[in-house]
Amino acid sequence: MAHDFSAKTLYQKIYASHVVGKLNPSTDLLYVDRHLIHEVTSPQAFSGLKLANRAVRRPDLTFATMDHNVSTQRRSMDAAGETSRKQLEALAANCDENQIPLLDLTHPDQGIVHVIGPEQGLTQPGMIIVCGDSHTSTHGAFGALAFGIGTSEVEHVLATQTLPQQQAKTLKVEINGELSAHVTPKDLIMAVIGKLGTAGGNGFVAEFAGSAITAMSMEGRMTLCNMSIEMGAKAGLIAPDETTFAYLKGKAHAPGAAHWDAAVKYWQSLYSDPAAVFDHTVVVDAASIAPQITWGTNPEQVMAVDQSVPAPDSFTDATKRDAAERALAYMGLQPGQKLTDCQVDVVFIGSCTNSRIEDLRAAASVVQGKKVANGVRALVVPGSGMVKRQAEAEGLAAIFKDAGFEWREPGCSMCLGMNDDRVAAGERCASTSNRNFEGRQGRGARTHLVSPAMAAAAAIAGKFVNIAAVHTQGEQP
Amino acid sequence: MSKIFAKGLVCPLDKNNVDTDQIIPKQFLTSVSRDGFAEAMFFDWRYLADGSPNPDFVVNKPEYKGASILLTRANFGCGSSREHAPWAILQYGFKVIIAESFADIFFNNSVNNGMLLIQLSKTNIDLLFNRCTQGPQQWQIDLASQEIMFGNNAALGFSIDADIKQRLLSGLDFIGSSEQLNPQIADYEQSRKASQPWLG
Repeated sequence: MAHDFSAKTLYQKIYASHVVGKLNPSTDLLYVDRHLIHEVTSPQAFSGLKLANRAVRRPDLTFATMDHNVSTQRRSMDAAGETSRKQLEALAANCDENQIPLLDLTHPDQGIVHVIGPEQGLTQPGMIIVCGDSHTSTHGAFGALAFGIGTSEVEHVLATQTLPQQQAKTLKVEINGELSAHVTPKDLIMAVIGKLGTAGGNGFVAEFAGSAITAMSMEGRMTLCNMSIEMGAKAGLIAPDETTFAYLKGKAHAPGAAHWDAAVKYWQSLYSDPAAVFDHTVVVDAASIAPQITWGTNPEQVMAVDQSVPAPDSFTDATKRDAAERALAYMGLQPGQKLTDCQVDVVFIGSCTNSRIEDLRAAASVVQGKKVANGVRALVVPGSGMVKRQAEAEGLAAIFKDAGFEWREPGCSMCLGMNDDRVAAGERCASTSNRNFEGRQGRGARTHLVSPAMAAAAAIAGKFVNIAAVHTQGEQP
Repeated sequence: MSKIFAKGLVCPLDKNNVDTDQIIPKQFLTSVSRDGFAEAMFFDWRYLADGSPNPDFVVNKPEYKGASILLTRANFGCGSSREHAPWAILQYGFKVIIAESFADIFFNNSVNNGMLLIQLSKTNIDLLFNRCTQGPQQWQIDLASQEIMFGNNAALGFSIDADIKQRLLSGLDFIGSSEQLNPQIADYEQSRKASQPWLG
């Protein structure tokens, strides 16, 4: 059968529509529709611009927030220490000087860049979106090509509103069937990373498709695309559909009434052609996935919560065996151990992966009417001012506070511990964040990545819990 | 034509999946400067909790002092996009990293700082680690001929993207070369405004 060379994947369509020109035979200059910036990876870019006497080309397509380095205890630029204050002040000054809109700490909608982009309607299908943060892949949930960049590239985008790129390979992750009760998009993406490995997506843009994706909410899709970087993919991508359009309608920066119909018409053309050929395809049965938990120090070291910690000898690959051995030593775990027998010290519900309203609802439904176990320190850090207000209006904040959780101000917080929200050496943390790297949440900290409901259940029980088993037995966790 | 991009001592870091949190931990990211990260490189591995150098960490071993070529394994630089990672590695003194594979963002960030990242097959990486077990290695990297030269006429070729090679050899200005296309950028903006006015 002749191959239809005109058939394109969604990624290829978005790429082609953004080519400004060719820099050389294999490198195109692509236009950037939205540039999100924050305090940590932008100051050196602004200094570079100034040094070269360059201006910001499109401040109107640039959008800033303060998130990585802010205190979640109080809304003040000096609340996270002197060097943090300087960095936040630098962002404010750079935005002011270049007329870049900024959601600073006094703004009611301030929050994590990958939570507020969608909330504000800044994230739209078909766009190219970049940000000096690897979890920019989150925005791919809307059918935007969104990826993280470094500070030299931030400077390049500020100066030219473009970025040199080469075409990536295409990966299709087809997820069919229904997720079981208490199994969330977080569990799904962790299972996919476990299957493909932390480098399985290197050089690829991953498109998620299939009936499980069609049925998924926008927030679930964001969680899925958010962690596509943890398998090394350049970006995660989901074709926009009615769920996407309904989410965007009426958002502050979404197309208004004058352009809405035209925008939707364009967005409806954004899908992979049926005849398009992907470089690689993986098929996943959603129903086969159980609640997941990481046991090691990278996201591929993951298992279903009812499984036992693997023995390093069970890995045939020598480097994986060494990595497992080192990970178990760091994590203070033994092969064969059940994590459901394992005490937790800290519970963190938050981060750009899992700090949206659906995440907080799922966690609150587990917590309602119960108390955090003795000796456990538990935090809920909403992703944005909007999420925080809604959680308060729905009574979720009260549920968390009554149970003994700390209810914080929005920010990246304990996901990376740039502020004072850290896990101490040797402490074990149930975390809804995205990276269980050594030292990520604090030097010597032991991170186990889980879904919001699993984290909440761990806070109540004082140890990890198989949320699916507890609920199947009809017990409350 | 021969052009030596780098020559010097090789430091073998025998690990997979070295993430950028390991290359430079969070507490050093509050800086607003591009400089001063050399001491922070591999901080949690390089220093013990009391702040003294960890004698077991390869970078601290006396025989690897002054190394300028880093040899490592698969998926080096995964995780966070922080460009502080290549800044720290470069400021410490490594100009070349040889690995089985690199994470995409780290790769671009390193190239944008004029570093040469060489990707080789697992078999060849194993061979290079084997060489390192024979004692400290002094290698030369010829970028023009794309060879790692071990001395005594022994060499191993490597492939590299032609555009990256050109950029590294000529030291082209990253932003300046794109600015050559300023008229095309302006044209693109015009047509974008006409066809998708909601984008601004």
